Amino acid sequence: MTTPLAGYLLVAALLFAIGIAGALVRRNAILVLIGIELMLNAANLNLIAFWRYGPHPELLTGMMFAIFSIAVAAAEAAVGLGLVISIHRHTNTTDLDKMNRMKG
Amino acid sequence: MQESAAFTPQFAASAITGILWLIPTAPMVASGLIALLKQPRRNLAAGLAIGSLSISLVLSLVAFCHVLTGWTHDSAVREFVNFTWFRFGTSAVDLGWVLDPLAAIMIVMVSFVGLLIFIYSVGYMAHDENFTRFFCFMSLFAGAMLGVVISNSLLLLFMCWEIVGLTSYLLIGFWYQKPAAAAAAKKAFVTTRVGDVFFLLGIVWLYSQTGTLLFYNHGVGSLEGLALVNLLSQHAGLGLSAAGAIGLLIFAGAVGKSGQLPLHVWLPDAMEGPTPVSALIHAATMVAAGVFLVARVYPLMQIGAAPHGTTAALTVVTWVGASTAVFAALIAVAQNDIKRILAYSTISQLGYMMAGLGLGGVAVGMFHLITHAFFKALLFLGAGSVIHGCHEEQDIRRMGGLRSDMPLTFLTYAIGMLALCGFPLVFSGFWSKDGILDAAQHWDISKGPFYMLVFGALLTAFYMTRQVCYVFFGYWRGGRETAHESPKVMTLPLAILAFFAIALGIIGTPAWPWFHAFLENRTASFSWHGFAEPGLGLLMLGSSLIVFVGLGFSWWLYGNKLPKPEAPDALEKSAPWLWAPLRDRLYVDELYGVTVIAFYAWWARVADWLDRRIWGGIVSAITWLFGLWAQLNRLLDIDWVDGGFDKTCEELSSGGGLLSRVEGGRVQNYLRILAAAVVALVAILLWSSRP
Repeated sequence: MTTPLAGYLLVAALLFAIGIAGALVRRNAILVLIGIELMLNAANLNLIAFWRYGPHPELLTGMMFAIFSIAVAAAEAAVGLGLVISIHRHTNTTDLDKMNRMKG
Repeated sequence: MQESAAFTPQFAASAITGILWLIPTAPMVASGLIALLKQPRRNLAAGLAIGSLSISLVLSLVAFCHVLTGWTHDSAVREFVNFTWFRFGTSAVDLGWVLDPLAAIMIVMVSFVGLLIFIYSVGYMAHDENFTRFFCFMSLFAGAMLGVVISNSLLLLFMCWEIVGLTSYLLIGFWYQKPAAAAAAKKAFVTTRVGDVFFLLGIVWLYSQTGTLLFYNHGVGSLEGLALVNLLSQHAGLGLSAAGAIGLLIFAGAVGKSGQLPLHVWLPDAMEGPTPVSALIHAATMVAAGVFLVARVYPLMQIGAAPHGTTAALTVVTWVGASTAVFAALIAVAQNDIKRILAYSTISQLGYMMAGLGLGGVAVGMFHLITHAFFKALLFLGAGSVIHGCHEEQDIRRMGGLRSDMPLTFLTYAIGMLALCGFPLVFSGFWSKDGILDAAQHWDISKGPFYMLVFGALLTAFYMTRQVCYVFFGYWRGGRETAHESPKVMTLPLAILAFFAIALGIIGTPAWPWFHAFLENRTASFSWHGFAEPGLGLLMLGSSLIVFVGLGFSWWLYGNKLPKPEAPDALEKSAPWLWAPLRDRLYVDELYGVTVIAFYAWWARVADWLDRRIWGGIVSAITWLFGLWAQLNRLLDIDWVDGGFDKTCEELSSGGGLLSRVEGGRVQNYLRILAAAVVALVAILLWSSRP
């Protein structure tokens, strides 16, 4: 327990930056989703870190937050991937630039 | 002045009174229908006009017979139908029609003479291209004239009176291509309007005093006891009661319509119209409407007179009539247009009628009206026949010797002329004129009218003989073409009228004064003692003598020794100082020219100057100011308001274009901006939280 809070935060920031870069530069919808997942997990890491270094580490509040967040992220990933597969079936591509029409 | 027996009016309207309105309506409807016809439908137009007037004549005869059968000792028929036209507040305007002896005689005369003239017109107007228009106007005239006669309301009478004036205007100006005809029509319209203004004043005054314009209405009409007593009790100044003053105002309307002095100037000019128009409107009926009007409102004029006395209003009527009679007869002596001579003769005879009304009462004046209607219509139609036969020549100096060329016209014309002169015993004109002269010699106030009328009779015989000599005797002085007799359709009405010009005298002789008894509601009885009235025998002898003197003198001057058309008249040679003013119509037109018309012209110039300089200047200044203001507003609008608005819009749309580039629909772009913004935010936060 010698690692300071800033270390965790730096890792989380890095993770977030990698996630956002992936979400921004990638054309592939699946990779964009992965980038989003990375950003979410960076946020989860922050939650855990702030909990552990917070005033009440014994109350498990941060842990609960993170678990819920992961559950929500899993659901979100499932919905997102379902959408991507559905679009892929329809248009035969996963390129986001080609998905510029709401009309199917 | 004769006292009329008390009327005991019958109020219950009979069937014929109920449909009396059909008499004027039938020709009016025909007029409307003819107006819709095309020009070539001549026969239909003439048929409609003659047919509708025949209906009126039949109904008139039925009405006349109804009045005759209802006429018993001291009770005469006076039936009327009144209805409310409209009401305002508590007062109402009532109209209605009346059937009494006066109306009955007039409707028969108007529809009968009118019908004959219509038939005559078919021949006279045969070559005119506006044949249908002619019959349209004539029918309208006949309807309106019949309306005047049967009105039981001064207002309804006035309306019909004005329609009559309008048709007179339209028919005088029938050949409006001729400037003289157009000017004559205008002159007639404007001159009669002068009289009508006074007439209207009289109507308004009467309404304000009595609250009704109905003549007869179960005792509360304006010509019945209550209203008359009320009017008599009010003084209007100048020794007149309100009744007399209103009567005189109405008389002024009659002066205009009947061509009395000083408003007679339009009637000679009205001869520019077609001759049947002159016969019907300007001789037999319309000009007599003024006389009829005075006869109709006679109670207004007479009220307040002592038995066998007179009133101020009637005295005025008498003097105006007598002066007109002499004045117009004088001018007629020196005219050369066949129709103008007759026109002045008409004015003169209308003067006799007016004088007869003023001197002797309704019957005396009306009898002359009726006889005159027949023989003057005859004379005019005869003149029309002469003009037609002489190829539209109207100057009597270029006629002559027509006795043999147009025998039928000559015969009938001679009868009319002798009736007009008052040739003794045989002709109707003798009896009707002697009635007037007899009343004049018994007039208490002055013997002046008597001498004037006798002098007028002398002149009448003189100028009519002169005219007949010029036209029918001597030798043909016209152009190469000789005259021809007119067709049957024209000579037949002449013959019928000639018959009546003689026969009508029977109903008004002193021995059997049927006409007077009928109008004044007495019993008519035949007795030779009628001639034994004091002064009558002498008068008849005297007036016969006068007529013979006039005829003889004129024959001596003109008979059979007529000069060439260019040579001066016989009278002109012997008395040029007398001839010149008479030929120039005694300078009345010139007098009006330098007084009334000059004043109006000056006034018009003043008004024109005011209009152009003063009012026009003010108006154009205001216009200029508004123009300036409008220019200012335009600048404001374009440069400031519009400009500002346009600029705003431009800015908004370009700003929108810039922003729309951000909203490209790419989620990643949004995210990119979001990330950049977060980075910027974090940077700012870090920067600001720096110690």
